[in-house]
Amino acid sequence: MISTLRPAITLIVLFTLLTGIAIPLALTGAAGVVFPSQAGGSLVERDGKLVGSALIGQNFTSDKYFWSRPSAITDPDPNDSTKQVAAPYDATNSNGSNLGPTQKALVDRVTADIAKLGPAPVPADAVTTSASGLDPDISPANAARQVARVARARGMPEDKLRALLAVHTEAPALGFIGEAHVNVLALNLALDAQ
Amino acid sequence: MTPIGWAQIALVLALVALTAWPLGRYIASVLAGAPTPLGRLLGPAERGCYRLAGIDPGRGMSWKAYAFALLMINAAHFLLLYAMLRLQFYLPLNPQGMAGLSPPLAFNTAMSFVTNTNWQAYAGEGALSYGSQMWGLTVHNFLSAATGIAAAAAVARGFAGGGLKQLGNFWADLTRITLYVLLPASLVLAVFYIARGIPMTLSAYVDATTLEGAKQTIALGPVAFQEAIKLLGTNGGGFFNANSAHPFENPDAWTNIVELWSIVAIPFALTVTFGRIVGDARQGWALFAVMGILILAAIGVVYWAEAGGNPLLTALGVDPALGNMEGKEVRFGIPMSALFVALTTGTSCGAVNAMHDSLMPIGGLVPMFLIQLGEILPGGVGSGLYGIVVYALIAVFVAGLMVGRTPEYLGKKIQAKEVKLAMLAVLILTFSILGGAGLSVALPVATASLANAGPHGLSEMLYAWTSATGNNGSAFAGITADTPYLDIGLGIAMLLGRFAFLVPVLAIAGSLGGKVKLAGGAGTFPTHGPLFIGLLIGVILIMGGLQFFPALSLGPIAEQVTLLACKTY
Repeated sequence: MISTLRPAITLIVLFTLLTGIAIPLALTGAAGVVFPSQAGGSLVERDGKLVGSALIGQNFTSDKYFWSRPSAITDPDPNDSTKQVAAPYDATNSNGSNLGPTQKALVDRVTADIAKLGPAPVPADAVTTSASGLDPDISPANAARQVARVARARGMPEDKLRALLAVHTEAPALGFIGEAHVNVLALNLALDAQ
Repeated sequence: MTPIGWAQIALVLALVALTAWPLGRYIASVLAGAPTPLGRLLGPAERGCYRLAGIDPGRGMSWKAYAFALLMINAAHFLLLYAMLRLQFYLPLNPQGMAGLSPPLAFNTAMSFVTNTNWQAYAGEGALSYGSQMWGLTVHNFLSAATGIAAAAAVARGFAGGGLKQLGNFWADLTRITLYVLLPASLVLAVFYIARGIPMTLSAYVDATTLEGAKQTIALGPVAFQEAIKLLGTNGGGFFNANSAHPFENPDAWTNIVELWSIVAIPFALTVTFGRIVGDARQGWALFAVMGILILAAIGVVYWAEAGGNPLLTALGVDPALGNMEGKEVRFGIPMSALFVALTTGTSCGAVNAMHDSLMPIGGLVPMFLIQLGEILPGGVGSGLYGIVVYALIAVFVAGLMVGRTPEYLGKKIQAKEVKLAMLAVLILTFSILGGAGLSVALPVATASLANAGPHGLSEMLYAWTSATGNNGSAFAGITADTPYLDIGLGIAMLLGRFAFLVPVLAIAGSLGGKVKLAGGAGTFPTHGPLFIGLLIGVILIMGGLQFFPALSLGPIAEQVTLLACKTY
């Protein structure tokens, strides 16, 4: 018993010091020097003010901006902790809807969203919630459908918007790795800079 | 399904196949204590560990001593992690001031990480301090992965020679695997992940002001290093609640490919290690082939199920071109999500880059069935290998019954004792999955946790017990897992699935190790050819089907039927 306990406890202590403390701390220190932006969360500043992270989606509701996907994140209601309230793109509480394909709640939600976005067919990512609730991207088809609305709200020619969208559309790497996507925050920052 | 989608899947699988041989041979030499290039660098650290811990690496252990040592270190680590989680408020590196976990949640989480399950009844960014993630969970990721590989090595040694009394030294196996395989590989992976944007910082969460003027608090943390071992060790417990779907755990297609590779790299490589240890490479490749064929079929079915989209939504006017995007991320799309679904449940990983609860009925059936088959395709690090060896014993037993000969596997006679132990191991899993889920759907205290109605609700509960028993850790995550009933019940299921399976398997290895190693003769059934591969595939599917088809037909299969009838719940 004791002859087993000693190696067990010693190895736990050594591995904790090594894999749980020394190496993560050293790596954190080195990463802060070599990759300060990435290691710090790819934060984006505008005019010296923090506006978000390049990797984390944001909620957009104004007609002036391209909209992100719906987000299923909910937080406890501050007034009544037994209830949940919608908290789209709350980056401290990542989650998806976890609705199965036959759930009435899913069908009702999509029905309501399509009524707002119409006419059919609507790109799937525009009316479905992502796994993380923080999806930074939308599909090129989804972005293209929003061009007319944004152009009207900003009084910009649609051609100019389409050109900007083309610049911010990331094609699959080497032609086949990953999906074509548009980072919504980057696109909207570029819009504001016009 | 598109050619481009299949090309991405083929790329990942090709990487896995290419690395299996060198990685498997390397692990075999590490386990044998042979000199390796890293040995020169890390040798002093290894010897230092032995000296401080009073370990004689050359002293072999009987199967009982090996199992006892394995259980002892895991029990001690469980207690330590439980204490850390309860007391995290008083420990350093807690910039968000997270409170200690409740007793049931701390029990569930500690059990979850000790058993390599990494079921997340907690939300990482909302409940755990940076310190708990680092010296609590990350250390467990290493230790439980190394435990699995050590156990697999012990089982393989049971077949290596004749008249063996000993299966190797557990402490030396554990130390070598950690120092020479898991740690260096995790470091390299972590550097890549940081370069691609996975955070590695101790700064507190930051407040941003969005373009529309709202406040967005962004959770950060020392993510990258834990991310590396999370996948490499088939652990699967994410730093964040959304796991590898969270952009900070999996920012782009490149990290996704590397994460996928690292989930299955070691499990497939261990078949090569097995071939080396038993002294016949073809035996390892036969197991590799069984795993490869079945997982390929599983990937194809998930991809097909998800690519068509949800017909209920298509009828409303949703374009089905992108597939079923509910619970999926745009940057991964259907093929890379489908591949993740299959690989994370073919192993005991359980990390997710899409929400399994929102998969199509058949897309959700596949991962559940893969776990129920015992996670042997290719299975968790180590646990996949010893799991498939159990099935191989049952397969040669079935073949022996057909021709009326005493079965042999790798030159060892398989007799009543081994077959009974193998069946015991398999039936423990079935008992825990079906017993636990069956009991729970009858108890209001458990069904109150369900988020989905109709057959999907049953699937949610069945998946929870399947995942816990299989030490997978993925979930139909709508279920409210943090209730005292599920915390404790699923915690016990994890314990049974890991250790009540492992001990009989080590007993088999001990029993076989002592037997003489027979040279194959004309009457020996060869276990490296296509006939054996086909037989093993048949045994796996028939045993899994017989046990779980009734439950699956009430869950996902019933759901598929009602979906085609356009019925909602």
